[in-house]
Amino acid sequence: MIEAEGLTKFYGSAPAIRGVSFEVKKGEVVGFLGPNGAGKSTTIRILTCYMPPTLGRAVVDGLDCFENSLEVRRKIGYLPENVPLYTDMTVRGFLGFAAGAKEVEAKARTKDVERVVSVCGLGNVAHRIIGHLSKGYRQRVGLAQALLGNPSVLILDEPTIGLDPTQIIDIRKLIQELREERTSLLSSHILPEVAQICQRVLIINKGRIVATDTPANLTRRLQKSAQVSVQVSGMAAELIPVLQELKGVEQVSVDEDDHSRLLVETDRAQDLRPEIARVVVREGMGLLELRLVDLSLEDIFIELVTNEPVQEEVQE
Amino acid sequence: MRGFWAVYRKELTALFASPIFYVVAFTFLIIAGYFFYSAVAFFNLVSFQASQNPMAAAQLNLTDMVLRPLFMDLSIVLLLISPLITMRVYAEERKSGTIELLFTYPVNDLAALLAKFGAVLTIFFVIMAGTLPCMLVLQYVSDPNWKIICSGYLGLLLLGSAFLSLGVFTSTLTQNQIVAAVLSFGALLMFWVIGWLKNLVEQSTADFVEYISLTNHFDTFAKGVLDSRDFLYYLAFTVFFLFLALRRIESFRWRG
Repeated sequence: MIEAEGLTKFYGSAPAIRGVSFEVKKGEVVGFLGPNGAGKSTTIRILTCYMPPTLGRAVVDGLDCFENSLEVRRKIGYLPENVPLYTDMTVRGFLGFAAGAKEVEAKARTKDVERVVSVCGLGNVAHRIIGHLSKGYRQRVGLAQALLGNPSVLILDEPTIGLDPTQIIDIRKLIQELREERTSLLSSHILPEVAQICQRVLIINKGRIVATDTPANLTRRLQKSAQVSVQVSGMAAELIPVLQELKGVEQVSVDEDDHSRLLVETDRAQDLRPEIARVVVREGMGLLELRLVDLSLEDIFIELVTNEPVQEEVQE
Repeated sequence: MRGFWAVYRKELTALFASPIFYVVAFTFLIIAGYFFYSAVAFFNLVSFQASQNPMAAAQLNLTDMVLRPLFMDLSIVLLLISPLITMRVYAEERKSGTIELLFTYPVNDLAALLAKFGAVLTIFFVIMAGTLPCMLVLQYVSDPNWKIICSGYLGLLLLGSAFLSLGVFTSTLTQNQIVAAVLSFGALLMFWVIGWLKNLVEQSTADFVEYISLTNHFDTFAKGVLDSRDFLYYLAFTVFFLFLALRRIESFRWRG
C-alpha cells in the first residue's frame, strides 16, 4: 500500500533523511519510531505529498506521490504533527471545509461530518470555536478531519504528543478502533504505545531506517542470550556452582542489591526453567520466583539508537 | 472545482471572522465619507459664488469637481488598505502550520491560490459597495452622470484586483503578516509614483515608466473613458503577480 524507495531529502545542504526504504502492506498498522529530529516528520511529509523528496520515490496504492499528487492525496487521511487547525472556525465549520476540500459530495458532506464527529466523540463541542478547545479535543478534531472522506490510508504524526495520560488512552483506543480495513502509519517516540497498537515497527535514527520488524521479533533478535531471574529463600550464592554445571547455562551471578536473587544467563535455544527449578528444590531451598527477563522495547530502541553512530563511523 | 469553493468559503469565513476586516472597512468608509463631503461642500460653495456669473457657472460640472477627485482620492486610500486585507492569506497559514493541511488536501495549488484571491477580491467588493450610498445622495441632490460613476467603479475594481494580486504575492514571501503588508505597501507606492520620473529621463524610458505606473491608467476611468489598453494593463498586472505567487508557493513547497 505504501512503498518508499530510497527517499532522501535535503534542507539546503543538510540531509534530513538518507535512503529511507520500507513497505507497508494493505491493512497493516505500522509504527514509525525514532528520537526527535530523526526524520520521522520529513518522511511522513513526503508520503503525504506535502513536499517532494530530493531523491527517491514514494508510492501510495500504486500511485507516485510526485506525479499523481492529487490522486494520492485523495486516498490519505493525515494528521500533521502539532495538529495545526484553523483556530477561528467552529468544529463543524472546519470539518465542513475539510470535507469540501477532500471532495466529499455536497449531499454526503453533512452525513460524513456527523459520522466523524460521533466516531471521535466531538458531539458536545461541535458548535464551539476550535481555538477555545482543550488540547485533547483539538487532537480529536485533527483526527476527525483525517477520517473525512473515508481514506484507505491513515498517516498520523505523533498523535498522542502533549496529552495527559487519560487523553492518551482515549486517543489510542480511538486509533485501535479505526484500524479496521485501513492501512495506518503512525509515528511516535513513545515506545509502549507503538508496542500496543502496531503490528510492525520501523525504527529510524539520524535519517536512516535502522530496524524494521514486529516488536516481538525485534526483542528476540537483539537478545543474544535469555536471562532467567531466580529468587530463593536463603543464600543464593550457594547455588552458583550447582547451576553452572547445568547444560546450556552460560553464566550465573548474584544480584547485587538482593542477595536472594540470581541471574542465570542461558542459551536461547532451550528453556531451562524446569531444570533450574528442579535443582533449587533438590538443594533444599524454597523457590520464590522464577521468570524469563525480556528486553523491553525501550531497551531495543536505546540499543539501536545508541549503537548507530558507532556503526556509521565504521562505514564511513 | 469542489476544492476551489471549499477554500473560497473558508477564506471568506476567516476574513469576516477577523477584526481586521471590520477595522479596515470602518476606517475606509469614514475617510471616503469625509472626501465625499468635502468635495460636495466645495462644489456647493463654488456654485453658489458662480451663480452671479453665468460664464463661470457654465464651466462648472459635477463630474470634474466631485466625481473625478473623489475617485482619485479613493484610489489612494485603497493603496493604504489593500495590503491589510491581503497580508494574512498565506503568511498566517504558514505561521500557524495549517498550510500543511491545505497542501495535503486534494486541492491543487492554483485552485487554492485563485480561491484565496477570489475571497479577498470579494471582501474588496463589499467594502467598495459601502461607498454607493454617497452616489445615491448625489442622485438625490443633483443629477450625476451614472455612466461616469460606473466607469469609475469599474476602474476601482480593476485597480483593486491589481493591488490585491501584488499583496497576495508578498504574503507568500514571508511568515510575518506585518512584513508582508509593508512589502506590499512599498511596492504599490513605487508603482504609483514611478510615473513622476517621466520628465527626468529620456523619451523611451519615459514612455515605459508612464505605461507601468498604476495612476495613469486609473485616471482615464475616473474621467469616464474606457480604453482597452487600461483593461489589458490591469489584467496583465494581476495575472503577472498571481503567477509569481504560484511560483513562490511551488518554491516553498519544494523546500519544505
